[in-house]
Amino acid sequence: MQANAPPIFNRGPSLTTRLAFFFVLSVVLLVADARFRYLEDIRAGVSVVLFPFQEVAALPADLMTRTGDFFVAQATLSRENDQLKRDRILAGADTQRMRALEAENAQLRTLVHATPIPGRSRVVAEILYESRDPFTRKIVIDRGSRNDMQPGLAVVDHRGVLGQVTRVFPFVSEVSMLTDKSQSIPIQNVRSGVRAVTFGLGHDGAVELRFVPASADFQVGDMLVTSGIDGTFPAGLPVAKVVRVEPSSASFARIHCTPLAGVANFTRVVVLGPGAAHPENPIAADPPTAPAPPTP
Amino acid sequence: MNWNALGDNIHGGEILLPVRRTYIALTMLAALLLNLIPLPQWLSSAMPDFVAVIVLYWCVFQGHRVGLWPAWVLGLLMDVADASLFGQHAAAYVLTAYAGIFLHRRIQMFPMSFQIAHVLGILLGQQAVQLLVRLVATGDAPDMLYFVSSLTGAALWPAVVGMLMLPMRRRQKSDEV
Repeated sequence: MQANAPPIFNRGPSLTTRLAFFFVLSVVLLVADARFRYLEDIRAGVSVVLFPFQEVAALPADLMTRTGDFFVAQATLSRENDQLKRDRILAGADTQRMRALEAENAQLRTLVHATPIPGRSRVVAEILYESRDPFTRKIVIDRGSRNDMQPGLAVVDHRGVLGQVTRVFPFVSEVSMLTDKSQSIPIQNVRSGVRAVTFGLGHDGAVELRFVPASADFQVGDMLVTSGIDGTFPAGLPVAKVVRVEPSSASFARIHCTPLAGVANFTRVVVLGPGAAHPENPIAADPPTAPAPPTP
Repeated sequence: MNWNALGDNIHGGEILLPVRRTYIALTMLAALLLNLIPLPQWLSSAMPDFVAVIVLYWCVFQGHRVGLWPAWVLGLLMDVADASLFGQHAAAYVLTAYAGIFLHRRIQMFPMSFQIAHVLGILLGQQAVQLLVRLVATGDAPDMLYFVSSLTGAALWPAVVGMLMLPMRRRQKSDEV
């Protein structure tokens, strides 16, 4: 066997040379990806190759869920069914009220000559898996650019905001959850109306509000909803609940919150379509005089 | 570099059948599949990095045939699957493969407990490379459980060695009858 012959004669470059080659190649890729974001097309290509593997790897979990569903007791099913029917009636009533309010709101807006709030399309997506990468909090969903996904779209589940689409491949998309370190969502306190921004901490089940004055009106148990001023998330979606307020000695308070949405229990999410384009920032039109925004 | 192949098919005094390339490729794809299985977050941080373990296995026992490039390609696939930086896993796996080939003689000769210690060291090093890359590139830091995956990976080593060797064993009883 040729391959098993002892390589007495020199066969190609030495091991260390090859290590150096591959390592330098990796570092070039790293720099190109982290600094310049050049490689999105290559990434999309690799993602297409990977897609069948992801589908196959998701099979055991699917199978388990399905067999689990099959062996659910009749009593549990009927109880769940009753509960769902009750929820549906309540939700139906709410929806009708919302429609009436929406119509009234649209009418009032035309009266005061405000721009109408556009509706958003909704796409239901399945969560394929949570990213194993321990540095980030991302999930991968089974809708990609073929299904009109685009970076920046808001992702919610039935409890509240989950995160934002951050990278789109042909068949799948990556969603950064609001607990990811790179994610921040402008919110408003339902009780007091105070605006702030949530920042992900990089671990599950917690976000915090930063740059909130110590005197701001936040109490434990306050509900936080999207304020909608970012143009990404529609206003009024539930985001998190305040669990701890630490008045620090500095002028800023530390406010810890628990996100309401979670991926642990659900396999489906809703991706909200793009909202209306924001009007141009009048300050940005005049770059020489505009001061650079402070970076935290 | 002296890494000739003499004795590569001898392990623990046992002479093994030559390995087919398709077998190596299949085990690597199987490891990739295992890595892609969706798991809850608390479990996935404790799961071993199957690809790193398999790459290390083949580089220790068949280093001259496997080489570094499969490790690199698998690394790129894992980078896209994990939504991490492009090249992060690739660099780490290439170093894993290099360490495996460089130390293959020593690891093969050792009893299992010393093998596990070496594997643990290499896997921890591999994770440290990824940690370093992330710290430099984006400043991200993981939680405490990050290195648990190396521990479980090293604990998996005896099972991996035992299982992957099975198809390479000569059938002992074929001469009888």
